[in-house]
Amino acid sequence: MDTSHNPSTGSGRRTQYAAPITIIDYGMGNLRSVQKAFEHIGAGAVITADAGIVDKAPALVLPGVGAFGDAMRNLRDAGLDTAIHRTVEAGKPFLGICLGQQLMFEESEEMGQHRGLGLLRGRVRRFRNGKLKVPHIGWNQIHIQRNDPILAGVPPESFAYFVHSYYVEPRDPDVILATTDYGIDFASIVGRDRMWGIQFHPEKSQDVGLRILRNFAGIVFGTDETQWAQARG
Amino acid sequence: MLAKRIIPCLDVHAGRVVKGVQFVNLRDAGDPVEQAQVYDRERADELVFLDITASHEGRDIMLNIVRRVADTVFIPFTVGGGIRTVDDMRIILRAGADKISVNTAAVENPHIINEGAERFGTQCIVVAIDAKWETSAGPFDSAQDRPEGGDGWWQTYTHGGRKPRGLDALKWAKEAEARGAGEILLTSMDTDGTQNGYNLDLTRAVSDAVSIPVIASGGAGRLEHFHAALTEGGAQAALAASLFHYRQLSVGDVKEYLREHGVLVRP
Repeated sequence: MDTSHNPSTGSGRRTQYAAPITIIDYGMGNLRSVQKAFEHIGAGAVITADAGIVDKAPALVLPGVGAFGDAMRNLRDAGLDTAIHRTVEAGKPFLGICLGQQLMFEESEEMGQHRGLGLLRGRVRRFRNGKLKVPHIGWNQIHIQRNDPILAGVPPESFAYFVHSYYVEPRDPDVILATTDYGIDFASIVGRDRMWGIQFHPEKSQDVGLRILRNFAGIVFGTDETQWAQARG
Repeated sequence: MLAKRIIPCLDVHAGRVVKGVQFVNLRDAGDPVEQAQVYDRERADELVFLDITASHEGRDIMLNIVRRVADTVFIPFTVGGGIRTVDDMRIILRAGADKISVNTAAVENPHIINEGAERFGTQCIVVAIDAKWETSAGPFDSAQDRPEGGDGWWQTYTHGGRKPRGLDALKWAKEAEARGAGEILLTSMDTDGTQNGYNLDLTRAVSDAVSIPVIASGGAGRLEHFHAALTEGGAQAALAASLFHYRQLSVGDVKEYLREHGVLVRP
């Protein structure tokens, strides 16, 4: 595993990685796994709760498990919601994972109505199918709907690890990059411009998930994935 | 479609993997992180670490293991054993665990399920239930409350199977769900360690009683046991410890068998 992030140990290309991918810490768990997954594929990643650091980041990752309302309150209290908006408006890559994907939308019905970040139009709904177990927990297949750089090299019908009771319902169907069948076909990957949201946990989806994170790192560091992988040696 | 899960369980005492037979006589050892990596390579769907050390030193050792697993294994894992407070949950989740499992603490203070679910989300909270068949009268107000078709009931035990609680496991599973549990990790104390198969009656009864996923545990010995738990038993996942630990079967063997017998599993 390459966990080094020291420019002196790398080639000239390594200086590109001086500013690492920034993982937003807002008290909602599972950040370490995301950081370690990026390190595992050779991309530097830092965890921060500081809106000032978020503003300077080359790319943001908003992970998270937990309750939507608490998450939004934590983001607002730390001034992270506005920092996220500034970063996305500046065109820097943004990746929401699990709860982070849900927070990208306008509102959620989780334990009362809550307003989200509103980066994408649509809402977050609870699974309502009496026959199926909720939460939706386990490995389910992703059906790719659109070609997108985030999905480069991901085989069709790959299994990914899901843990959630709520799913996103985008108002604009064009943002749906992949769907997953759990009673309904819900949007398991969404994306528009330079932002993506993933309902499953790429950092827990073994080879398939690491491939998606590697694709994101490739987007962040400004070259296509193959060149980036070669640059890493 | 959602795949059924195969989950190796690692019982950890003082930083080493051990496996008990019917909750006593712990034997042998192994490095939990290395063992986790082996299971990861075999394409286990998930891992469960059960910390059976009851000391503060044990807790620190376990946290270190959680961090090292999270650094190197990119599949989900649950950590249980000795979790008493929401703060205990927070520390373990922050170290990189995906879910925490509570057993004794949940029975003694059921509100911890509500608090944990509100704080971290229901999907993080696994309630582990150790149940044993009893033929005594049981804690029922009337005959209708007793499990159907039998002359007994499933009693809930805590403290690693040492302490009967006078609590009907079916009723407790429903309460745990209502309080915000995301999954039930259901161990039959009658079948645990026997390798004679999962307790299908118990698994089916709990699976029918709740709408959250049930992980069957206790008794796996042969390939067909997994198949039975995931079909007849209605479980979403099947867990085994010693069977995998002592290499009697590999995760790959189990998945291949399930696939050949029409059960969807992740390749």
